[in-house]
Amino acid sequence: MLFDNLLSIVTFIPLIGAAIMALFLRGDDEAARANAKWLALAATSASFLASLFLLTGFDTSNPDFQFVEESEWILGLTYKMGLDGISILFVMLTTFLMPLVILSCWDVTHRVKEYMIAFLVLETLMLGVFCALDLVLFYLFFEGGLIPMFLIIGIWGGKERIYASFKFFLYTFFGSVLMLVAMIAMYVDAGTTDIVALLRHNFSSEVLEVWGFTIIGGLQTLLWVAFFASFAVKMPMWPVHTWLPDAHVQAPTAGSVVLAAILLKMGGYGFLRFSLPMFPVASDLLSDFVLWMSAIAIVYTSLVALMQEDMKKLIAYSSVAHMGFVTAGIFAANQQGLDGAIFQMISHGFISGALFLCVGVIYDRMHTRDIDAYGGLVNRMPAYALVFMLFTMANVGLPGTSGFVGEFLTLMGMFQANTWVAAVATTGVILSAAYALWLYRRVVMGDLIKESLKSISDMTTRERWIFAPLIVMTILLGVYPALVTDIISPSVANLLGGYETALADHAAQSMVAANGGGN
Amino acid sequence: MQPGDLSVILPEIVLSLFAMAGLMVGAYGGKDKTAPMLVWATSALMVALAAWIGVQSAGSEIAFGGMFIDDGFARFAKVTILLATAAVLLMSEGYMQRRGLLRFEYPLLIALATVGMMMMVSAGDLIALYMGLELQSLALYVVASLRRDSVKSTEAGLKYFVLGALSSGLLLYGASLTYGFAGTTLFSGIIEAAQGDLPLGLLFGLAFISAGLAFKVSAAPFHMWTPDVYEGAPTPITAFFATAPKMAAMGLFARVLHDAFGGMVGDWQQILAFLSVASMYLGAIAAIGQTNIKRLMAYSSISHMGFALMGLASGTAFGVQAMLVYMAIYITMNIGTFAFILSMEKDGAPVVEISALSQYSRCNPLKALAMLILLFSLAGVPPLVGFFGKYYVLLAAVEAGLGWLAVAGVIASVIGAFYYLRIVYLMYFGSEDSEMDTGSAPILSGFLVVSAAIMVLGVINLFGVEAVAEAAAATLVK
Repeated sequence: MLFDNLLSIVTFIPLIGAAIMALFLRGDDEAARANAKWLALAATSASFLASLFLLTGFDTSNPDFQFVEESEWILGLTYKMGLDGISILFVMLTTFLMPLVILSCWDVTHRVKEYMIAFLVLETLMLGVFCALDLVLFYLFFEGGLIPMFLIIGIWGGKERIYASFKFFLYTFFGSVLMLVAMIAMYVDAGTTDIVALLRHNFSSEVLEVWGFTIIGGLQTLLWVAFFASFAVKMPMWPVHTWLPDAHVQAPTAGSVVLAAILLKMGGYGFLRFSLPMFPVASDLLSDFVLWMSAIAIVYTSLVALMQEDMKKLIAYSSVAHMGFVTAGIFAANQQGLDGAIFQMISHGFISGALFLCVGVIYDRMHTRDIDAYGGLVNRMPAYALVFMLFTMANVGLPGTSGFVGEFLTLMGMFQANTWVAAVATTGVILSAAYALWLYRRVVMGDLIKESLKSISDMTTRERWIFAPLIVMTILLGVYPALVTDIISPSVANLLGGYETALADHAAQSMVAANGGGN
Repeated sequence: MQPGDLSVILPEIVLSLFAMAGLMVGAYGGKDKTAPMLVWATSALMVALAAWIGVQSAGSEIAFGGMFIDDGFARFAKVTILLATAAVLLMSEGYMQRRGLLRFEYPLLIALATVGMMMMVSAGDLIALYMGLELQSLALYVVASLRRDSVKSTEAGLKYFVLGALSSGLLLYGASLTYGFAGTTLFSGIIEAAQGDLPLGLLFGLAFISAGLAFKVSAAPFHMWTPDVYEGAPTPITAFFATAPKMAAMGLFARVLHDAFGGMVGDWQQILAFLSVASMYLGAIAAIGQTNIKRLMAYSSISHMGFALMGLASGTAFGVQAMLVYMAIYITMNIGTFAFILSMEKDGAPVVEISALSQYSRCNPLKALAMLILLFSLAGVPPLVGFFGKYYVLLAAVEAGLGWLAVAGVIASVIGAFYYLRIVYLMYFGSEDSEMDTGSAPILSGFLVVSAAIMVLGVINLFGVEAVAEAAAATLVK
């Protein structure tokens, strides 16, 4: 291996960039702004290039954690980082998207330096979430991300930004603090905060009595619920998704891209890393509940999306619906479901990011996101029409794009776990075609009759270059999904193996207990 | 009295003698011209004493037949108190000077209050406890009304005095009951009496002493004086109230509970858990509507005391350690925050309205950023050090089986996050332009920036406070 602490290097390059910018960059003239942008681009690109070494050095046949770094920290905690097949792709997604995000805000003129610092700090925190192998370290990164995102929405957002930023912060903060208590309880129970050790630890699933309530699944259920509170809000799942449309609409374009493409994935990642493997009995008990919540989310938010007048809001609701496939896939708890869920998250990262960028392109020109304000853009913006169509189709889940693979695999997983849920969720696929195509028709197709649009210009070279890598990835993953599944499958199989063993053990124990009671 | 006893309380003696000598200098010297010099001398002496106490060898010493205890716990508290006081004195010099409040009595009263606080955390006897407490309180009553011609300041002093006297009464009543039923005022004697089957009188004594001490740490429902005193007192005095006396009162609280009533943890655990929950929620909810930043900080401190009490409520050595770490972090944050508040000026006059901060980040980005960090740290958002304080006390509570208290605490911290965010929102997203003065004393900016830097860099290893606090807690809870 090249460096022993490659993972930390990848994670902290953006933060170092931010520190350099904060300490050494002075002034607010044109040159200073350009310096800030170039420095941010350099830092994110360097992080991306370094992360390529992670990908090449990653042993796909090994389901364990790789690139592990460990050193002492305070209070018996450890600074422990590492990657397995589940997390490496999220790291790659983040490092891949961040330079594009920086490029997409090249025209920002308001407090450029602070804007870049916020994004760089955010990148380090997001990468940390996916790399952390210590509970408290994970929490640190997970929660820390709220600060820059709060500022990004609040300072650079739209008209209702204050309401949106507070709602975003307080919602997600509330979800996470319950997880913090659960983490502390896990530490007290297992005596360690090392995630690798906790994955092997058996949390008690014996029936508990708390204040007169009988809790089936015991400690596991309590912990599961606390983690669920955090991840469900982050995901977001219906009915706690309401912060997302507000945050998306008010956030600046780059903020929306990061939010949709990366931040939402933390919830799904959390389910995969904690809920399923650490609390298998509780997950099994509550899987039908999650499956039905997901089915409701898919259908309900798709219907809501159909009625939106605001483009960003429509895409935000569509994100909630797509995340519904992810949660359903995860809690279907079989190989297809899990593979599909991870695939869907990666693919959604590219697609939703690109869709928000598409909105950003016309928003920068017209300064409105109302669907009614547009129409017939194809006449003036053919290249844009093509790009937008590609990502609309990918969002619908057209075969040949990455969106199809994720939806198909998750539906297959769901079908095996609960056929009715799969049947309901499939209608979501149709509904997604309805709202996405309708949006496309209203914005792009038809005659160009609106006076204000007559002088609109097509995409600039910079914008084309931002979309190019996203297009490549969307189609590449659509036609050759093995790129992703080869990496994730061993770790997923490992996870499922542990999950099923734990369930079998639990079943055997209950049997013994029942027989013992009978005698 | 043994001859060795005097050497145990040497730091206290030095500081008292200094205060007396200072009085002479002030009275016979050039009156108020000596004041700045006295401020600097007092802070320098305090830093020196802190260093001296800090490097003293480990181990416990008992003086005056058990009335005075010098152990690791007391030393930790004393170093914190002395450093916090020195910092506040240094920050206040410019502010007091410009408003004509810098009389020579001011640093000396603070020095005497500090002697009282050092006595408090070392008390090994109910009488020593009361003596330290009153020495501290009397000095604080006077400094609260330092601005004699201001109605608010005198009101603050009077209110503090009347309610303080009431709480002293409660405490004394509890002490007398304890003496009556335990037959001794020495903590080491009380703890022997307070084992196993308890006489009802001891329980009452414990309850009354706890109520009196809760007043001193401004825990709800004994917090009523806090917002008014914080608002009325001159800002540097408020900064002082928010830092060193809180540490002293918490230290005393821990000392009484463990040294004197260590055998009845189960009995006082409920009292403390109640105080903790009430303070966390009252502080969090009542602060939302505040428009005056000093009142807001008062409620914020009530809420923070609730968290520190959560550590104590767990009744373990780790709980005491968590409380000490929490207090050290809390004091560091508050020094930075008050450095910012002291520098809030418009046309040379102090401003305390939060709305005046609108768009402050435009006129002074560095200070706004430092304040932003402190506010998120106060709210307990990771990865800032304020989070670790909360993490410690929560861990202590869960380990002691008080899971419900931890859940209540984190929910209160979400409510509390709202009002810290409101200040961030004004500074960064506000609609009006700030008209605040941009320049400020370098010493205030220095404290602000250093405090913010500690909040960020502390994530690496908390500057080793953890291990020191652990050793300190181990000497208190055997």
